[in-house]
Amino acid sequence: MNSGFAVPAVALVVVATVLVGAFGLRISRTTSDFYVASRTVGPRLNAAAISGEYLSAASFLGIAGLVLVQGPDMLWYPVGYTAGYLVLLLFVAAPLRRSGAYTLPDFAEARLASPAVRRLAGAFVVGVGWLYLLPQLQGAGLTLSVLTDAPDWLGGVIVACVVVATVAAGGMRSITFVQAFQYWLKLTALLVPALFLVLAWQSDGAPHRVFAEPAAFREQRAVTVGNALDLRLDRPLTVTVTGTVDGRAHRDENLSLPAGTHRIGGGTRLTFAAGDPVPHADRGSEGGMSTSLTASREERPLYATYGLILATFLGTMGLPHVVVRFYTSPHGVAARRTTVAVLGLVGLFYLLPPVYGALGRVYAPELTLSGSADAAVLLLPGRMIGGVGGDLLGALVAGGAFAAFLSTASGLTMAVAGVLTQDVLPTRGVRHFRLGTVLAMAVPLAASALVGGLPVADAVGLAFAVSASSFCPLLVLGIWWRRLTPPGAAAGMLVGGGSAFVAVTATMAGLPGTGRLHALLAWPALWSVPLGFLTMILVSLATPGRVPAGTSAILARFHLPEELWAETKA
Amino acid sequence: MSGFLAGLCVAVLPLLAAGFWLGRRTARPQSLGGLGTPVEHATFQTLHTASLAAPPLRAGLTEETAGRSARRLRSLLGTDALCLTDRSTVLVWDGVGAHHRAEILERLAAARETGRGDAFALSCDTPDCPARWAVLAPLTVDDRVHGALVACAPRESAVLVRAAGEVARWVSVQLELADLDQSRTRLIEAEIRALRAQISPHFVFNSLAVIASFVRTDPERARELLLEFADFTRYSFRRHGDFTTLADELHAIDHYLALVRARFGDRLSVTLQIAPEVLPVALPFLCLQPLVENAVKHGLEGRGASAGSKSRISITAQDAGAEALVVIEDDGVGMDPALLRRILSGEVGPSGGIGLSNVDERLRQVYGDDYGLVIETAVGAGMKITARLPKYQPGVHTAGRVTKE
Repeated sequence: MNSGFAVPAVALVVVATVLVGAFGLRISRTTSDFYVASRTVGPRLNAAAISGEYLSAASFLGIAGLVLVQGPDMLWYPVGYTAGYLVLLLFVAAPLRRSGAYTLPDFAEARLASPAVRRLAGAFVVGVGWLYLLPQLQGAGLTLSVLTDAPDWLGGVIVACVVVATVAAGGMRSITFVQAFQYWLKLTALLVPALFLVLAWQSDGAPHRVFAEPAAFREQRAVTVGNALDLRLDRPLTVTVTGTVDGRAHRDENLSLPAGTHRIGGGTRLTFAAGDPVPHADRGSEGGMSTSLTASREERPLYATYGLILATFLGTMGLPHVVVRFYTSPHGVAARRTTVAVLGLVGLFYLLPPVYGALGRVYAPELTLSGSADAAVLLLPGRMIGGVGGDLLGALVAGGAFAAFLSTASGLTMAVAGVLTQDVLPTRGVRHFRLGTVLAMAVPLAASALVGGLPVADAVGLAFAVSASSFCPLLVLGIWWRRLTPPGAAAGMLVGGGSAFVAVTATMAGLPGTGRLHALLAWPALWSVPLGFLTMILVSLATPGRVPAGTSAILARFHLPEELWAETKA
Repeated sequence: MSGFLAGLCVAVLPLLAAGFWLGRRTARPQSLGGLGTPVEHATFQTLHTASLAAPPLRAGLTEETAGRSARRLRSLLGTDALCLTDRSTVLVWDGVGAHHRAEILERLAAARETGRGDAFALSCDTPDCPARWAVLAPLTVDDRVHGALVACAPRESAVLVRAAGEVARWVSVQLELADLDQSRTRLIEAEIRALRAQISPHFVFNSLAVIASFVRTDPERARELLLEFADFTRYSFRRHGDFTTLADELHAIDHYLALVRARFGDRLSVTLQIAPEVLPVALPFLCLQPLVENAVKHGLEGRGASAGSKSRISITAQDAGAEALVVIEDDGVGMDPALLRRILSGEVGPSGGIGLSNVDERLRQVYGDDYGLVIETAVGAGMKITARLPKYQPGVHTAGRVTKE
């Protein structure tokens, strides 16, 4: 791909983000008119900001990649990512805003009046934030290496540096404007190329039957296999090979492979002829991680789908960077309206990645073999349109992808750094916030260097699972159940969130490679969420004496409209 | 393989944390094995038991606190049964012989009258009941009997009478401290209420004078100003709630500035830069308006009315993570830092109006000592006041007036 356009596009996005962040407020709000200067953030602007912060690398790149590899089953991802806001709207949004809490630890303290539960919630915020940052950095590395052949780690380091610099310097002053800007940027960056791609597809005769059939190569195509993999062939196939197949080295030789499974060595270059069906790749046997989750999904599709649905539906409410945005709403009703608007905006955005995935199945099927399916969104414009137009559209998509990494990563870094500064590091002050920022980013950066390629959408799914099993019980029971006690909340978060965290860590480390146990660990939400709820309820019932004193008053404040408080207090 | 290692590292982290926590828990000096002679050891044990019984009682004498301290008190006295009462009921009975409650309560009524202790035999039908005799020692706070400590024993014992008396006195001291705590809390609340800003009388006079001056020449303007005045006074006289939102406070400042502008005309220019994210922040009622008033006063002071030089005031509210940062700056005469320090420490009363020290004190009381005002100034160099307001603080809620857009 031509990097002549893409690199300036990425640079432009970075610079625009920093500039809007630093000066957006100054331009729009320096005035002597109070009614202009002190206008609260409206639901629509706030919703755009929430969506901008929420739509991460997983949404921008990952979903298209999964649809490309796995087909329409993966549409559950965008559905789940969107429906999470429905649950948030129904159960959490307005009471959370009325609680006056800024962060999740604040909520824990406001509801349960217990510093210990506050600290535990803080620890989970840090854990979820780190898990969520990891795929952002990996996605940035992937994007940059696709665009410019830079080493894998460089993109992650760039995003980390930009985010740490802007956040630590206090550059994200007008954060609502930045994030709203990022949403529209991301939407444009996917929408405009998608329109052109659909047009190109139309003029190509709109081949649509390929969605159902096994994908086939439309032209002669050379594929370089990243990690070693097993190819499963349904019928004999002739390919040109440079590298190792079935343990034998070949050099530019035509090779007839009989039906069955063949072992392809890492770095092998295969050239397929037009019309050849795309073979299936199994990666599970060698412990390569990039498809370990999908492998278990193939084994137990129903269980995996339900695990995914539960994690994404219930995990959204516990994402630290989403929760803090609700504080900006002036009151509970506005928070609800904001959530409705978010549903619309996020839903609109999620129509686009599946389009890329579907077109990718037609035009870039070899990505399933090379193990970088996440790059489909970036490669399609060049592949389908080509020329300067393709390059420009590719640059637009690349810019949008970087916007996705930057906005989500900066939101997460602020949330994690805030918790680290407030609840973990010993004393307070600006310098400690900077230290917290560096720490918040350093850990996932180091981990991304160590862990390597889990598909970004899967990695984000794991963060959702931990969030769903720790914060969802805390928020839902905290808001709707008056008998919740601090020991119950702490135990529930530890058991539910802790077990999900252990499962996620084991999965990331590549522990048990296949089998039932692997499926359980790779999709923990289905058992860890009920476990968290159950523990929280049972321990709370067992410690009835520990119900905080002001519970009734607190719950009344959560649920009554704000106008009523004034009357009751007056 | 590197992935596996990384996973291992991450998995080990919670273990390390748990180990650290356990270590901290167990490292506390639980047993003091080398504590010298048996007498010293016994002394330590007694003091330790007493110190464990103290914290619950510091919260006052209720069923819950009595229950939590009764067992410790009983082991301190070494009796078979111990009971704590308030003025009319048994709060807790620790040990055997709970069927003597009624009998104890009869005696309690007498002790309440006299304020003196009592030792008496218990009549009991149960053959092997070890509670045959009881000592009742009153718990007094400020010479009023608040309750009693009753210890039961199988037989008469002069030592127990003395010991029960001493323990009762010790418990009384704890209850007195609890009383003191309560009155201290009440005092702070009263202080906050008293500190709750009132608008300065000068401002009322000046505003009315300005409005009066417009009544003939520009009645429409006078009417508008009167409405501004009404809005501002309604805000500052409102009764409910000690906290407000930044948006409401800024609106009050707007009304205030409208009246000030009517008086000083073009000589005052105000710029605002307010991050919309911080408008919902809750803060103590009327704690920014005095700062603006101060800035206006300093900004206009020392400038001749005919000099034509403008005074500039800027009000900035920024979003800074979990805090809102409010900066109020003027380019007026400034102040000698030494004098300012004395004003803030309360040695010198501020000249008229509600001073900076009041705001500073209230912010510290609500948010803690880390959140006082930061003031940068020098003579002739203007003044910059920075207030940091946490977005969330337990107990800080607005009374819930929703700002209509």
